[in-house]
Amino acid sequence: MPEGYLPIFIYLICAILFPIVLLGLAKLVRPSLPGQVKSEAYECGIQAASNARGRYTVRFYIIAILFVIFDVETIFLYPWAVRHQKLGWFGVAEVTVFLLILIVGYIWAYRKGALEWV
Amino acid sequence: MTGVPLSWFLILSAVLFSLGVAGFLIRRSVLTVFMSIELMLNAVNLSFVAFSYQLKQVNGHLFTFFVMVVAAAEAALGLAIILAVFRNRGTLQVDEVNSMKN
Amino acid sequence: MSQYYTSVDHFVLVPAILLALFGCAVLLFDFLLFPEPRQRKYLVWFVALGLVFTGGALWRQQHFLSVQKIDSITAFGGTLTIDGFALFFNWIFLAASLIVALISYKYLETAGEHQGEIYGLILLANCGMFFLAAGTDLITLFIGLELMALCFYVMVGFLRGDRRSNEAAVKYLLLGAFSSGFLVYGFSVLYGLSGSTKLAAIRMALESRGASDPLVILALVTVSVGLLFKISAVPFHMWAPDAYEGAPTTVTAYLAAGSKAASFAFLMRMFMGPLAPSRELWEPLLAVVAVASMTVGNFAAITQSNVKRLLAYSSISHAGYILLGLIAGNDTGVQGVLVYVLVYVFMTMGAFLVVAALRRKEMLGEDLEDMAGLVHKSPGYAFLMLIFLLSLAGIPPTAGFIGKYFIFLSLIQTGHYVLAVIATLYVAVAIYYYFRIVRSMFISPLTDRAPAATSLGLKLALAVTGLMTLLIGIYPEPFLSLAQNSLLR
Repeated sequence: MPEGYLPIFIYLICAILFPIVLLGLAKLVRPSLPGQVKSEAYECGIQAASNARGRYTVRFYIIAILFVIFDVETIFLYPWAVRHQKLGWFGVAEVTVFLLILIVGYIWAYRKGALEWV
Repeated sequence: MTGVPLSWFLILSAVLFSLGVAGFLIRRSVLTVFMSIELMLNAVNLSFVAFSYQLKQVNGHLFTFFVMVVAAAEAALGLAIILAVFRNRGTLQVDEVNSMKN
Repeated sequence: MSQYYTSVDHFVLVPAILLALFGCAVLLFDFLLFPEPRQRKYLVWFVALGLVFTGGALWRQQHFLSVQKIDSITAFGGTLTIDGFALFFNWIFLAASLIVALISYKYLETAGEHQGEIYGLILLANCGMFFLAAGTDLITLFIGLELMALCFYVMVGFLRGDRRSNEAAVKYLLLGAFSSGFLVYGFSVLYGLSGSTKLAAIRMALESRGASDPLVILALVTVSVGLLFKISAVPFHMWAPDAYEGAPTTVTAYLAAGSKAASFAFLMRMFMGPLAPSRELWEPLLAVVAVASMTVGNFAAITQSNVKRLLAYSSISHAGYILLGLIAGNDTGVQGVLVYVLVYVFMTMGAFLVVAALRRKEMLGEDLEDMAGLVHKSPGYAFLMLIFLLSLAGIPPTAGFIGKYFIFLSLIQTGHYVLAVIATLYVAVAIYYYFRIVRSMFISPLTDRAPAATSLGLKLALAVTGLMTLLIGIYPEPFLSLAQNSLLR
């Protein structure tokens, strides 16, 4: 086992012990007087009306889906960016074709209203 | 400093893959089934990168790109289809999505 | 051109470029040029134009191969190959896409979900199928497979308001992604064993490794899982009945014909390429799968009351028949596979087309009772369906008989007598459930007097499929020699 790992090991032990010790000491020291009002969810002084897990708007899912797709498109730009000088104008043409296909998809999503936030 | 032997990577990849398969077969919510599929595909990515590193080639890394793209596209499509199911049914439990039987 | 993209590369890639270009153009034109619903028929014309251009490119390739008297053109460093095999399948895909584009118009309009994207998806799925037929590299094949599969996931779930369509899409997508995971795992093992992703290099590496290597067995099993799923062979057939039943009927036709043909092209490339050295391992395995597929397909179809589900089970059994040709392994076997796939595409599409024609706004037209007395209502459809069912059963002089004949001939030539006997027995079982449909159409009294749909596209598509089904049965010579020249060595 290489010796360089020893500080990390010590750090791991400290990180595990730190919250355990603190919370344990706090639990031992503080008084324990639970009450019904004290254990309700905090809602800035107003009565809690319903469950906190409301309906999510579907819009979030659609934006997330589009983000994933265009993020992976960006991933594909990295290899070209690394070697763009060697690939020259041909590389530029290829990447432009690639981006154009994805821009077609973007225009389609835009016109179909997938990017509407309202 | 000695490197990690190839078999460790392969065993890890196989374990992750089997976890994904088990998750797919056991889970009840469609979203969790999707996560298991993503786990399977990422286990395969690990396997490709491990082989590619061993062989000192770039083909494996290249395949990883494509598997990642396909995983992302499938996840996007799956989410969109699940949205359509949810709009029609209001539930995401796999057992209930089973009206077509013999 | 540059050193990375030579003129040979371009020549080989042109059909895919055209298909992708027209696919993207259809998506744009849908809201730019043809936003009105009644202008959608121009989209169909545009799709047909794109397919004609692609056919022209394929014809140029075919002509080049025959004039130069070479077997194949390899491009992109050995990852894409145009040979007789690839061209044979590409023509089949083109025909299937054209037929589906023609009939989707009327069907989706009746179903109330006539969006223009379906035509873009058909072209892009065809593009994926091109890479499946012409790819000789693991990456190319995988990308082609996934492109086709993703387009199909969307097409199967196209009827957004229909619960069955949603459910079919979810099931197909989950199981499809699952099997793709297995497939790429097998690909990673194949890559690790050989150090290359090209099929020829993997074959050489596996030959030197021998068949009993545990890693080779692992690769074989996982790749087989992925491949057998796509052709809906037992035990990975569970998605087929639900997907076929829930999808819009025209998409079911495309799925049953085009997707299955492309998956068979992929399967043949894999099993006769890199996996060929392990033949003594996968031959008994595939024999069990083929017999199981025929058994499950034939016996489950007997009890079905939904025609689409019945045809789905029957197509599972047809997958078993086609696998028998691969198991036989000699040239007649491969020729039998090619001829059977060609025949199967036309007869399956024809059968689903007739079911699609029966759809109206309030009635789905998919159950056996909906077809009662069809001969009185629309004798043309009834007789065409009779031809397609006879062909599916394998009765001469229809095309299905030619396909089955070659498969059985190859089995007998290579000594697989047991398999040949089992397959012949199952033909008798199949006749029973096809006859149920015939009886419903011809003998049962007419209950539903509303007329079936007719449109120019539908009539054209039915004419083409019916004609091909009869033609290949009566005059098979040109198709046989075409398949003979397309063999994969």
